[in-house]
Amino acid sequence: MIPAPFTYKRASSVDEAVDLVARDGEDAKFLAGGHSLLPLMKLRLAVPQTLVDIGRLGELSYIRDEGDHIAVGAATTHGELASSGLLGRDLPLLAHAAGQVGDPQVRHCGTIGGSLAHADPAADLPAVVLALDATLVARGPAGSREIAAADFFRGLFETALEPGELLTEIRIGKPAAPGWAFQKFTKRAIDWAIVGVAVQGGRVALVNMDQTPVRAVAVESALADGAAPAEAAAHAAAGTSPSEDLNATRAYREHLARVLVRRALEAAQAAG
Amino acid sequence: MSILGTRVVRTEDPLLLTVGGTYVDDLRVPELAGAARVTFVRSPVAHALITGIDVAAAREAPGVVAVLTVADIDDLPPPPPAPEGEPPPGSEAAPLPMGGPWAEPLLAVDRVRFVGEPVAMVLTDDTYAGEDAAELVSVDYEPLPAVVDLDAAVGGETLLFPAAGTNVAVTAGGPADGSAFDGCDVVVERTIVNQRLAPVSMEGRATAASWADGKLTVWVSTQNAQISRFIFAGAFGLDPAAIRVVAPDVGGAFGAKIGADRDAILVAWAAKHTGRAVRWVETRSENLVGMTHGRAQRQHIKIGGTRDGRILAYRNEVIQDTGAYPRMSGFLPFLTGLMASGPYDIGHVETANRVVVTNTTPISAYRGAGRPEATAAVERAVDLFAAEIGMDPAEVRRINLVPPDKFPYSSGGGAVYDSGEYVKALDQVLTAAGYEELRAEQARRRERGDPLQLGIGLASYVEITAADAAGGETAKVMVHDDGTATVYTGSSAHGQGHHTAWAMLVQGELGIPMERVTVLHGDTDLVPLGTGTYASRSLQLGGTAVHLAAVDVKEQARAVAADLLEASAPDLELDTERGVWQVRGDPASSRTWAEVAAHAGPDGLAADANFTDGQPTFPFGTHLAVVELDTETGKVALIRHVTVDDAGTVLNPLLAEGQRHGGIAQGAAQALLEEMVYDADGNPVTGTLVDYAIVTAAELPSFELLSSETPATSNPLGAKGIGEAGTIGATPAVQNAVVDAVSHLGIRHLDMPATPARVWAAINEATARTATREGQ
Ligand SMILES: Cc1cc2nc3c(=O)[nH]c(=O)nc-3n(C[C@H](O)[C@H](O)[C@H](O)COP(=O)(O)OP(=O)(O)OC[C@H]3O[C@@H](n4cnc5c(N)ncnc54)[C@H](O)[C@@H]3O)c2cc1C
Repeated sequence: MIPAPFTYKRASSVDEAVDLVARDGEDAKFLAGGHSLLPLMKLRLAVPQTLVDIGRLGELSYIRDEGDHIAVGAATTHGELASSGLLGRDLPLLAHAAGQVGDPQVRHCGTIGGSLAHADPAADLPAVVLALDATLVARGPAGSREIAAADFFRGLFETALEPGELLTEIRIGKPAAPGWAFQKFTKRAIDWAIVGVAVQGGRVALVNMDQTPVRAVAVESALADGAAPAEAAAHAAAGTSPSEDLNATRAYREHLARVLVRRALEAAQAAG
Repeated sequence: MSILGTRVVRTEDPLLLTVGGTYVDDLRVPELAGAARVTFVRSPVAHALITGIDVAAAREAPGVVAVLTVADIDDLPPPPPAPEGEPPPGSEAAPLPMGGPWAEPLLAVDRVRFVGEPVAMVLTDDTYAGEDAAELVSVDYEPLPAVVDLDAAVGGETLLFPAAGTNVAVTAGGPADGSAFDGCDVVVERTIVNQRLAPVSMEGRATAASWADGKLTVWVSTQNAQISRFIFAGAFGLDPAAIRVVAPDVGGAFGAKIGADRDAILVAWAAKHTGRAVRWVETRSENLVGMTHGRAQRQHIKIGGTRDGRILAYRNEVIQDTGAYPRMSGFLPFLTGLMASGPYDIGHVETANRVVVTNTTPISAYRGAGRPEATAAVERAVDLFAAEIGMDPAEVRRINLVPPDKFPYSSGGGAVYDSGEYVKALDQVLTAAGYEELRAEQARRRERGDPLQLGIGLASYVEITAADAAGGETAKVMVHDDGTATVYTGSSAHGQGHHTAWAMLVQGELGIPMERVTVLHGDTDLVPLGTGTYASRSLQLGGTAVHLAAVDVKEQARAVAADLLEASAPDLELDTERGVWQVRGDPASSRTWAEVAAHAGPDGLAADANFTDGQPTFPFGTHLAVVELDTETGKVALIRHVTVDDAGTVLNPLLAEGQRHGGIAQGAAQALLEEMVYDADGNPVTGTLVDYAIVTAAELPSFELLSSETPATSNPLGAKGIGEAGTIGATPAVQNAVVDAVSHLGIRHLDMPATPARVWAAINEATARTATREGQ
């Protein structure tokens, strides 16, 4: 519960942050809300030499209507997403799901960028950006690039970000396809999802059903073929490879996925 | 109107809720200036021989003051010899902790027996350096097979204590008497698990110590400063007079901070050994494996009776997992046996227990300490019996509860219940809950195949509080010449509200307003003798001692006031509303407490009391839980919880309700969420609060607390204990509700915790069973 020694640097701009991390190479890490990184450091499962704090960079914290899309700064906290009037109106899925993350303290500190970069398969927002088909903007020493959400999650805690690359923005096209729902199944209110489902229009993404968040492709194509929610939901676990842990066997997760997808599709239909 | 029995808001809270308390880590006393930090090196493996410890690198690390292993412990007296042999079957407690071949070392000697066992100590100038240096201590472990499973423990293929020749530390109780069940129309038996829990007090364990001029001072987060002093005296061969133990604010304990454990003794020893003041405050990771766990019983229950609902015979055979060392858990199953038959009038009751060691964290008292285990077993048994004969569980309870005219009642378990209105408590709860309507709603949901099924669970209980009443409790009350009073109490509070309660008692008896009463506790220089807070004993023993001391002071004051007023003592009266003495019927002649105290002579107004005439008391009640169970996912939500918890005369309903609230929350948590899990190698799987699921407010409804007061007959306050009623009643009520919600599927039992995965698996299995049956 006591981290190994490290150096703390607070960046005053995005450019400086990218610079500082580039200078320290492999051993440096961005620090945003710290609500994934610090617990790992306290258990000494992560031992970075340098932390570059981007958590308080105003230039990374915003929610803007850009006409054809909504732009969200990577350091925007879950709490800000949850209480945003703009998101509540135009992207309720994102606002609602952010409001389901952890507890108020976690939502106050944790950021969307940190959540995506950390790429925990049990996290909520990675599946949400998949369902929203978002575009992620990354900045590295060599400049900026765009990565489709569908290409971003590569493996367990692994993303398409290159070492030293900073996630700066999340872009979501407008208007969102009609009908949305978010189902999060937990033991307790504050827990990570045992299984979760994000639905926007005909896109369905699953939390904690594989090494990464995944789209429920078989469900989506059944829907495209005109299947009713219950029929489509029967395919929810197809092609997934959920892990087994204290909370669930693989069979239970597969079952939950089917139940939750059905409920989500029904709710989305009612909302749409 | 007397303040006694009124809803006085806790006087402790403004401070605790604003600037906060002063816990061991917050102490800024001169003796601890520059104290070194202690970091324990703990075993990462469950069972192994230690073949070498290399501390050289750690000793060289920056900021290191000392690195200590068992080789450095050369300045302690040998432990007292173990009493001969095993305790006789059915006897009182095994000697605790058990010595002889079961002796628990301070630092591991040549073998570790659980993950988290202290192996070495690192003293550093600051906490951070300690963790780094601890990583440099290199310990060679030669792994041994871990004993985790209870059958493996009993089997004894691998022994934790080879010299003992067995893993079974205690065997007690008689063999099963099959004939007792012969006359029964119906007999049901089942093996059930009362799972291992972690106490998770908000403040973990913490100890600081200094050794100067032949005097040892220990600040420790404990439930009993005075008992701790004798533990330290024994461990160090010191005269108790050379030791001062201080319990500052203590942030929760739940039984796991009774006395001082080996970690605390080691910290105190380190101060004495090195001459440097030291401080240790455990981390949450340490707390989850280092603080004792609770419960951990496997029970075989057997119940028999007539088809019309009369229970004739009951047997509870317990295997108590005591973890790596038989500490207090050597004794806990005796309490389970004592309370085995609960509030029921059962002609034939049998109990037996075995206490086995395993390569896991030691078990000790945890909110209820052996009694929740008894209640959980018998309440499950009653429901199994009711299901078997097809009778409403409320009705079966009504038929078998001890009727009011049978008190004092000698139970089959061997206890003598003092007083009770068991059926009344049951009926009060059934009426308030709207039992008939709940059953009707349940039937409607079943009828329409609603995925959200309703479950209704009952638990009627009786428990024993102040089981060790004969140990007594001390108090001293002084009234000063400024009209204020000071109470010294041996009952060390750690969240219960003693300051409020004891001040109320003084105001009630002496008429000195509460805000002029200071309550002091938890410092052996101020209160050398006392017992402490556990076993729901405080008000009935410690409170009674305060009451008796106050009565004594009052009589002293009467004589002094008589002298002042030139009247005869019997003519004087104390006006407790105004807090003044006067000649009866002559308010104009009054004298204040300040005047009386000033006139009292050199010794002032002061009285000591040690209340040792108390008896154990037997609080009782009924809990009714309503759950909604999602049959598609297995998730259970507790939606109502209605209780009667009769703890005799209530001094302050707010305090009593607070105890009930916390206890119900913990009880519901055992039924639904909490379990300390180990893998087959003895590694804790639930070693963080992400995996060890304590309950939060979001999982709980507003509790519906009914009041009922049947005064205790063995103390002048009429008080029984309330601290543990919540866990005792709530756990089986919620568990029974879960089983009830799926009973129509043919499910008769579900072990705790009723996690979604477990409930779903049971539903799945039951559905498959039905399908097979229908297919045939
Ligand atoms: C008690 C608790 C409960 C939680 N419950 C949930 C839950 O229910 N659902 C859920 O989804 N999450 C949950 N979380 C995780 C929480 O949402 C984290 O805040 C989030 O996952 C990480 O965001 P952060 O800003 O805290 O990132 P940090 O912890 O600061 O960083 C995480 C990782 O991302 C990297 N990083 C951060 N920002 C960037 C960036 N802009 N560009 C590139 N790399 C970056 C860091 O270097 C680090 O490796 C919980 C956390 C806690 C402590």
